[in-house]
Amino acid sequence: MAQDNDNHTESQLPQVLVLRQPGCWTMLESNYSHKFNFLKAWDSPLPQDQFLAGHAGSVQALLSSSIGPPITANILGMLPSLKVIVTTSAGLDHVDLPKCRERGVVVASAPKVHTHDVADLAVGLFLDVMRKISAGDRYVRDRLWASRGEFSLVSKIGGKRVGIVGLGNIGLEVAKKLEAFGCSILYNSRKEKPFVPYPFYSSICELAFNSDALIICCALTAETHHLINNKVLLALGRDGIIVNVGRGAIIDEKEMVQCLVKGEIGGAGLDVFENEPQVPKELFPLDNVVLSPHNGPCTPEYFMDLCELVAGNLAAFFSNRPLLSPALDK
Amino acid sequence: MESVGVLMPVPMSPYLEQELERRFNLLKLWTAPEKAEFLKAHSGAIRAVIGNAGNGADVGLIEALPELEIIASFSVGIDKVDLDKCREKGIRVTNTPDVLTDDVADLAIGLALAVLRRLCEADGYVRSGEWKNGDYNLTTKFTGKTVGIIGLGRIGQAVAKRAEAFSCPIAYYSRTEKPDLQYKYYPSVVELASNCDILVVVCPLTQETRHIINREVIDALGPMGILINIGRGPHVDESELVSALLEGRLGGAGLDVYENEPDVPEQLFQLENVVLLPHVGSDTVETDTAMADLVIGNLEAHFLNKPLLTPVV
Repeated sequence: MAQDNDNHTESQLPQVLVLRQPGCWTMLESNYSHKFNFLKAWDSPLPQDQFLAGHAGSVQALLSSSIGPPITANILGMLPSLKVIVTTSAGLDHVDLPKCRERGVVVASAPKVHTHDVADLAVGLFLDVMRKISAGDRYVRDRLWASRGEFSLVSKIGGKRVGIVGLGNIGLEVAKKLEAFGCSILYNSRKEKPFVPYPFYSSICELAFNSDALIICCALTAETHHLINNKVLLALGRDGIIVNVGRGAIIDEKEMVQCLVKGEIGGAGLDVFENEPQVPKELFPLDNVVLSPHNGPCTPEYFMDLCELVAGNLAAFFSNRPLLSPALDK
Repeated sequence: MESVGVLMPVPMSPYLEQELERRFNLLKLWTAPEKAEFLKAHSGAIRAVIGNAGNGADVGLIEALPELEIIASFSVGIDKVDLDKCREKGIRVTNTPDVLTDDVADLAIGLALAVLRRLCEADGYVRSGEWKNGDYNLTTKFTGKTVGIIGLGRIGQAVAKRAEAFSCPIAYYSRTEKPDLQYKYYPSVVELASNCDILVVVCPLTQETRHIINREVIDALGPMGILINIGRGPHVDESELVSALLEGRLGGAGLDVYENEPDVPEQLFQLENVVLLPHVGSDTVETDTAMADLVIGNLEAHFLNKPLLTPVV
């Protein structure tokens, strides 16, 4: 029997349900449509529920992303044959994990693909806020250098104490990179990490009190929702800055905006927000704030690596091999 | 020392001014309605001049101040001081090395990240409300890119150390190879530019290094390459840089210095692959203070007949 890929008909390819296009869709479809039969729910004129009822009865694999619809118990209920969910994100806050466990549905995530890109963005936002890079660029483009003269003095980066919230893959990379700038690293995490050289703070308030800057690198869970509240922000203080590359809801956004407007904290670099793409407009006039449109992982290199991992997980599942990046039970 | 006349050409640092006024007879040239007359009137009293990146002492000024003994620059670069003339006349020259190394190196990496990851543009995208209409474009990864450094002195090595933390392979061009450093040496700037993704200019400005970044180097760096200039404006042939950016022959640029500050070529304002800063390399409170203390320290040492702290001449 010919093994030529070109002779495979669509029905011979393993089916993968996709509810909404993930960010890497174009690259994924063009590179892997010859390996998988992608069932595109968004392409159908039928509303999602009807589509699933009519077409997804035998689907074993679901491709999901943090921008797609959350994979709720309701959706899981409409997929009786589902065995695996492959998500394009590291974060799993959009998947009903307890229901998956109950059903025996395994989940694969993409935990390390974007580590460097997100860490680079965290460092970039930190440097930008500290050295007023975006503000300085606006100063030049608004022709103020010639008319108003020298731009403002800021505070030196070397010697600053940086508190990292969440010392996972991204947090560790941020720590390593900022050490090269002469920063001292401290951290808070669910558990103390035995082999890291940085001081651990079990209380987020104490971490904030002892830091000149907080960098949020943790996952969004029930425990970390609004972890950074008014108390933590006041502990961080008037000269303290906060950088968030995790999820918007880790910070009580309303409180943070008030603190920034009133000068109760010194500045912020934000890649994520509670209700993207809505961004509190009170932040727009502030020169000590740098805003980023959830760009953490957005480089072409990241997308290529991600597609390879997603396809690799799907291929592993369909050939009964262990998933490449199973989401660990937490 | 209160009778010692110290000339300051332009405002540089309120802290420096305050400390100079406390110790010397500080003469502020920028407050004079007629500069030439002011100099003439005080030429007998002026024994020291405070320089900075944009102001030094050329032949004209040196000749106009017969009592000049020392030029203390509030900068590490002293390309605006006529060193030969100073040597000839026995005038001492000091600068402010080391204290600003970290700040300038920090800024070089900040500029590289800002250009590659489009931080300023993306910030504008959010502020203008455009994010509601769709995601911003893909940007370019920084980790792992090859960083080429022109001038591997104090600041160049500090840039290398930071870039290494991002797993960036380091290559360099210098007047002489530095065999005890584990970085790849290229004997010409064009070869360095051909073999790196991000080219950082951080050498002193001399006659040899003026326009060291010319059309040939820019073309070698290419449409995916980024130029970061934290040295001096005249290191770069600015009109060639502008055409290359407008024509897409160069991938992007992060600039802290320009040929004719504070003038910045306005054709760059429309470009999203460029980040423009108003010469803020060492503009932190801590470094401003440290630099000022070094200037004061050098002046005091000189007038007390003690060894200078950081002499150049």
